[in-house]
Amino acid sequence: MHELSIAQNIIEIVKDYVPEKDYKDVKSIMLKIGEMSGIVADSLEFCFEAIKIDTPLSNSKLVIEKIPFMLFCNKCKSETSNTFGVRICDKCGETDTYVVSGTDMKITEIELDS
Amino acid sequence: MGIITIERKVLEKNDEIAALNRKLFKDNKIFVINIVSSPGSGKTSILERTIEELKGKINIAVVEGDVQTDFDAKRVERYNVPVVQIVTNGACHLEAKLVKDALDNIKLDNINFLVIENVGNLVCPAGYDLGEALKVVILSTTEGDDKPLKYPKMFMNSSVLVINKIDLLPYVNCNLDVLKKNALQINPDLKIFETSCTSKEGIKEWCEWIEENVST
Repeated sequence: MHELSIAQNIIEIVKDYVPEKDYKDVKSIMLKIGEMSGIVADSLEFCFEAIKIDTPLSNSKLVIEKIPFMLFCNKCKSETSNTFGVRICDKCGETDTYVVSGTDMKITEIELDS
Repeated sequence: MGIITIERKVLEKNDEIAALNRKLFKDNKIFVINIVSSPGSGKTSILERTIEELKGKINIAVVEGDVQTDFDAKRVERYNVPVVQIVTNGACHLEAKLVKDALDNIKLDNINFLVIENVGNLVCPAGYDLGEALKVVILSTTEGDDKPLKYPKMFMNSSVLVINKIDLLPYVNCNLDVLKKNALQINPDLKIFETSCTSKEGIKEWCEWIEENVST
């Protein structure tokens, strides 16, 4: 349950980018969350809604895009995805793979009403 | 309506402090491991056996992380090694800033091996870089062989797996081969040790690996 501290981090990052006088106009915060990032999107939204009330960003909401866990296979050169986090190519069964996406979590856009 | 386009990792602030910690460790030539596991897998017991085996050969210091109490620091103190207890007061993981603050209480120039024992939790500590050289995940046989598949992120982000309590294998429903196969499916690069803190099996091999990584 580290989604609460993640929600606090998000608020701090938004404050870095938006001038103080515009805090109240922040409408949406776009996030890309990897399916293997260890973050539960529903739980993060719940935490964000709970703590935003006591911040100047109380008019904002999170818009979350989930990024699939993708692998590149060094053997058959194909890109596959799976929902288990296993490093096995779904096409040829090889483990000589590397992770292309789906393990991190980024803020990509902040939308303001003005 | 305005849109500000940014591309920032949510944990960037933690990563920045972790990078400072890592530089500090590098400058002082300290090999640092971050031990992660569920509660009760034997993190502190392995640490105790490790200190017994390596004391006099290398200079060890310990940072203990727990939600509450200084029980673990007290256990480690008995071996006369520098130890700092971090009490997170409810937080389920250590963050780089907590470790950075703890380091103020350790004389780093005398140390070449630092162990950070994270809060017992197989989920949250996986996401936080503390500046360590690598994460070591400990999994005990009593927890079952399916755990790597159930908690993939931890095994994905660790470089070493220590399978502990192997002396209990005859009594528990855990297949060692299945456990290793499951772990390697998540992370084919995992280095695996098998240990028991009771019979001391495997402790020597584990300590030899530490010695290989510590610059003396």
